[in-house]
Amino acid sequence: MQVTVKLFATFRKGRFDVEVREVPPGTTVSRIVEEAKLPEKEIGIVLVNSRHADLAKALADGDTLAIFPLVGGG
Amino acid sequence: MDKILRVDMGAEGGPKTRIEPVGEFAGLGGRAMTTAIVSREVHPLCHPLGAENKLVIAPGSLSGTAASMSGRISVGCKSPLTGGIKESNAGGQAAQVLARLGYAAIVLEGKPEGDDLYKIFINKDGVQVSVDNSLKNLNNYPLVEKLQGQYGERAAFMTIGIAGEMKLLAASIACTDPEKRPTRHCGRGGTGAVMGAKRVKAIILDDAGLKMRPPKDPEKFRDANRRFVEGLRKHPITGEGLPAYGTNVLTNVLNEAGAYPTNNFRTGRFGGAARIAGEVQAELEVKRGGSATHGCHRGCVIQCSGIYHDKDGNYVTKQPEYETVWAHGGNCGIDDLDVIARLDYLDDNFGVDTMDTGAAVGVAMEAGLIPFGDGPGAIRLVEEIGKGTPLGRILGCGAAVTGKVFGVERVPVCKGQAMAAYDPRSVMGIGVTYATSTQGADHTAGYSVGPNILKSGGNLDPLNPEGQVEMSRNLQIATAAVDSTGMCLFIAFPLLDQPDTFQALLDMIGAFHGVPVTGDDVTALGKSILKMERDFNTRAGFSKADDRLPRFFLQEPIPPHNVTFTVKDEDLDNVFNW
Ligand code: SF4
Repeated sequence: MQVTVKLFATFRKGRFDVEVREVPPGTTVSRIVEEAKLPEKEIGIVLVNSRHADLAKALADGDTLAIFPLVGGG
Repeated sequence: MDKILRVDMGAEGGPKTRIEPVGEFAGLGGRAMTTAIVSREVHPLCHPLGAENKLVIAPGSLSGTAASMSGRISVGCKSPLTGGIKESNAGGQAAQVLARLGYAAIVLEGKPEGDDLYKIFINKDGVQVSVDNSLKNLNNYPLVEKLQGQYGERAAFMTIGIAGEMKLLAASIACTDPEKRPTRHCGRGGTGAVMGAKRVKAIILDDAGLKMRPPKDPEKFRDANRRFVEGLRKHPITGEGLPAYGTNVLTNVLNEAGAYPTNNFRTGRFGGAARIAGEVQAELEVKRGGSATHGCHRGCVIQCSGIYHDKDGNYVTKQPEYETVWAHGGNCGIDDLDVIARLDYLDDNFGVDTMDTGAAVGVAMEAGLIPFGDGPGAIRLVEEIGKGTPLGRILGCGAAVTGKVFGVERVPVCKGQAMAAYDPRSVMGIGVTYATSTQGADHTAGYSVGPNILKSGGNLDPLNPEGQVEMSRNLQIATAAVDSTGMCLFIAFPLLDQPDTFQALLDMIGAFHGVPVTGDDVTALGKSILKMERDFNTRAGFSKADDRLPRFFLQEPIPPHNVTFTVKDEDLDNVFNW
C-alpha cells in the first residue's frame, strides 16, 4: 500500500519534506519513525489524515502521515 | 517602580504632570496594574475616545531587572474596538527602560482642546510634555527616525502612526526594538486610537544614568534566573523551534491539522501553506542576509523573531509573526511571503493591528472588493489606510466594522475583535477562549492551542467539546498572571511542561520581592485580574450574549473535518465560575 509521509521543522534536516512510500499493509507510525531514523523522544505531534495519532497507529492505504517535533508559537 | 506618573492632557493651560507614590497599586505590574487602574478609575460607560477614558502604560513587575524575558509592556484602557476593558502587551525596549526610570505606570488622562499634537519625554531628571506639530501625519518609521535624531541612540519610543491620529479602531501603539525600529506593537483593541484621542504622538523614554532594579535577595535571584534560563534552553519549543523558525513554524502544523482558517474561515486547509510556512521563511531570511533569530528586547533568550529582507537584501520588516502571516496570507488566500512582509511593514508603519487588518482585508475579499489571493490588491487596500481615505478608515477599523459596512455575514470576531489563526470549530478550546475572554477574540488570553494541537501543556482532542471549558479557564487564569510579570508568554510552554522551570520563576519573583511566592499566589493573582475585568465589562453592558461565537461557526461545518463548534452555551457561561 501507499502512504504519504511529511516531515517538518528540524526533522527535515538531512531527511526529506514529503515522500510517497510503498509499505506493507499494517505498517505502524512507529515503523515509519524507525525507518526515517527520527529520535522518538523528540516527536511532538503525529497527525494521520489531519487527526492526532500515536505511534502504535496502523496506517491504511492512501493515508497521509505528518510528523513534527514539539513546536509552538502563537 | 515606586511611583506613578499621571499626565492630565486636558488640564487648563495645557497638560499637567503629577508624580504620585504607587500607594494602593504597590507590587502590581503589567496587566494587573493596567486592569486595576482602569477598572477602578475609568467610567465603564465612557466613550473610549473621550476625556473620561485613561490610557495606562505599565511595565511588568519584573521588567527592568536582570530577569530574562521580562520586557513586555502592557497598555490598558477602555477599548474603542470592543467597548470593554483592554490590555494589550508588546515587547521592545520600553518596558525595561520605563521600569528603570522607576515608574510602575504612566496614566494619560483627559483630553486637550484643539488639534495640537504632543510628545512626552521622560528621563532621570523628570518629565516634559511639549507641543510638536512637526510630527503630524508622520508614520511610525519616519517618526522614530526623526525623534531619534533629537533624542539620541539610547532612548526607547512608544509612538502612533497615522492610524492612531485618525483614531481608527484597530490602531496600535508601536514600541521600538533594540535596533530602534517601531516593530513591536500593542496591537489589539485600538489602544493607538486612545493615545491619538489624547493627542499624544510619542512617548520618549531615556534611562541614561540609571541601573537595573536590584532584587531583595540578589544571590537567590541570580540562581533562580539561571535555572529559569536553563529550563527555557532545554525545552524543545523555546530552545529549538522558536529560535530557528519563529512563531510561523505553526503554519504547517495548523494546516496539517485542518484548523488553518483559509479564505476568511471557509476551509481549514490552505493549498499555499507550504510556501509561506516558517521553514521556508527562515531559510529565505538567512539567504537574503536578514536573520531568522532575533530578540525583540535585550534580555530575551528565546529570540523567536527575525529580520526580513527583500530579494535585493534590503530591510523590509521584522520577521512577520505566524498570526500576521496567516491574517494577510492564508486568510486572504495569499501565498507570497514578499507580499505578506510588505503588508506587515505597512501595518507597522501606519500603526494598525496586523490581525484585525488582515481579517478586515479577508472580509473585504468576501464582499468582493478584490478576489481572494490578490496580493497586489491587498497591498493597495492597506495603503488606503495610510492615505486616510474613507475606504482606508473602514479597513483600519478592523473586521467587524468592515463586515458591517460591506454587508458581510461571515465576520470572524468576538466582542468586535478579530480572531486569530486557529479555527474555533477545529480547535474548540481556542473557541472557548475567543468567546469568553474579557478582551474579545484573543488567542493569547488562554492559548488552548497548546493542549489541543501542539500537545504541550496537556493533551485534549481539539474536535471534542469535552474538557475545553476547564482548560481554557485554567489557561486564562495563568495567562493573566504571566501578563503581569512582564514575562513573554512563550515561557508558558516550558512552564507548563517542566515543574522545575515553573519553580524557578516563582523563586525568582520571591527573591526579587524578598517574600516567597507559591503557585497558589499566582493563581489568585490571575483570578483577581479576570474578576476585575469581567466586572468592568458587566458594568459596561456586556452580558452572556457577548460570550458567544458568531452563529456561522455553529452552523457551517468546516472542511476537512466537517465540524461545527459544539461547546454548549451553558458551559461557556461557566468559564468564570471557579
Ligand atoms: S520570545 Fe519572541 S516575543 Fe518573546 S520576548 Fe523573545 S523575541 Fe520577543
